[in-house]
Amino acid sequence: MSELYFLKNRGNPESKTIDFYLAHGGYEALKKTLKSFEPNDVIEEVKKSGLRGRGGAGFPTGLKWSFVPQDNPNPKYLVCNADESEPGTFKDRYIIEHEPHMLIEGMIISSYAIRSHLAYIYIRGEFVQGARILEEALAEAREKGFLGKNILGSGYDLDIYVHRGGGAYICGEETGLLESLEGKRGWPRLKPPFPAVVGLFKSPTIINNVETLANVPLIMERGGDWYSQLGPNPKNAGIKLYCVSGHVNRPGLFEFEMGMNLKELIYEHAGGIYKGHQLKGVIPGGSSTPVLRPDEIDVSMDYDSLAAIGTMFGSAGTIVMDETTCMVDALYNLERFYAHESCGQCTPCREGTMWMVKLLRRLEHGEGTVEDVDLLADIAGNIMGRTICPLGDAAAMPAKSFVQKFRDEFIEHAKQHKCPVKKDKSIKVTDANA
Amino acid sequence: MAVEFSEAAKQEFAEILNHYPTKEAAMLPTLHLAKREFGQISPEVMTYISQLLDLHVTRVANVVSFYTLFPREPEGKYVIQVCSTLSCQLMGAETVVDHIKKKLAIDVGETTPDKKFTLKKVECLGSCGTAPVMQINDDYYEQLTVEKIDKILDSLE
Repeated sequence: MSELYFLKNRGNPESKTIDFYLAHGGYEALKKTLKSFEPNDVIEEVKKSGLRGRGGAGFPTGLKWSFVPQDNPNPKYLVCNADESEPGTFKDRYIIEHEPHMLIEGMIISSYAIRSHLAYIYIRGEFVQGARILEEALAEAREKGFLGKNILGSGYDLDIYVHRGGGAYICGEETGLLESLEGKRGWPRLKPPFPAVVGLFKSPTIINNVETLANVPLIMERGGDWYSQLGPNPKNAGIKLYCVSGHVNRPGLFEFEMGMNLKELIYEHAGGIYKGHQLKGVIPGGSSTPVLRPDEIDVSMDYDSLAAIGTMFGSAGTIVMDETTCMVDALYNLERFYAHESCGQCTPCREGTMWMVKLLRRLEHGEGTVEDVDLLADIAGNIMGRTICPLGDAAAMPAKSFVQKFRDEFIEHAKQHKCPVKKDKSIKVTDANA
Repeated sequence: MAVEFSEAAKQEFAEILNHYPTKEAAMLPTLHLAKREFGQISPEVMTYISQLLDLHVTRVANVVSFYTLFPREPEGKYVIQVCSTLSCQLMGAETVVDHIKKKLAIDVGETTPDKKFTLKKVECLGSCGTAPVMQINDDYYEQLTVEKIDKILDSLE
């Protein structure tokens, strides 16, 4: 796709208003859908598009929708996951604050597809401005008759409410999110049953990421077949927001078709490594995805290509680290994050993340041993696959990959009894375009 | 001391209840409302919320203690939250924290004696592309520099 979709109005403060959105073709996809599509046909169209979940898991969206049992007498719910908290990821906030109607239109179409009449946007509590903008946009949409009873005379009713989180990374995990939305601690649930069958208030529920839902108007406007042609292949189809942060000259948000080359993204679009420094490592898809060495980054950013080299596309939250980064210290930072955010339900995650933090603190402060390096990898291995939700794996994958790919640096910390890296803790000034 | 919502907050609470099929689901929005009204979620506030939502007070306490945004004790007028997760750390978050500590003469987790500022180090704020970042009350401040921090803090009354 040559023209931009998500970022086409970047820098224009009017883009969040319904008048601007309507003047540029907004809500036409909704009108077309309600007029010419049965709910099941919408699901088929999204299946055809090849759209996969943009929150990180990459599950086919249309297929997920088709799991909603229509013979279940309970109400059906659509929940938008706007709990954006994966370190390195900052794409949903842009959509929420600058293109809220793109999300709302996508949610109305998606709710219609799964026959839901009540939807929620679960937004992380820190995004106070984002929540306000969404409230205003929802009020505008209600006033224009896109929400409420008998939308555009179609007989279809829907309401959408904003629900602010309380500050907890785990609520981005879909079942933790549902518990939180029901007014409880965000403790993930065992699956199965999957939320599509038993979700919010024990009813069939679809949870989709902000970016996923905001793609839906485009798919309905141009057709699933057209959308599936974008990107490297139909299994990795469509457009994508790429987030680049860390040691680059021009960090920020970029929009391309799926399959942008990671090296090109860093060196051409994000302006290369900060002040001409040498690249040391890249986390490609958000903090939980395994780290890559500089010789591994000539790769297509898509679900399957990154999986083929042992990492993940995730949320496309790319974190770049230059030669001044200590890999032990970087991992120490991430494991502190996971230890803090572990909900405490499962012993391997609750205890394991804490032990990893202690080992890393020891190594970074020159008190670690060579055996500690293997112990760290061993603990990570014992967390993997042994928890209710993916937070355990998310904490273990960086530990395993950092130790595997930067083993010498970990060993040097133990041998020299100090951190051997000349770290740069100064504030870096960049030409960010986010 | 008994606590009670203002009339405006009572109306807001009634509207919140309309959004959910159960009263318990109104927990987080009610806690946000209570934080705005009372500045903290003290044991008295928890009791009040438990009455509003027809829940045992331990259910409220259980939720409050799980999340980071519901302080159980009073905080400063301006709560400074400096993001310290990886992308912000790479871009100088430690220097940001050190500068604010020195400027306000308080440590992380403390409040200035005049109750104006509370300083916190927090996990990822989701604004990694414009690191380093801090949040003061409802607002984000991005691409921080020492000069910018001084200007922001000096402008707060």
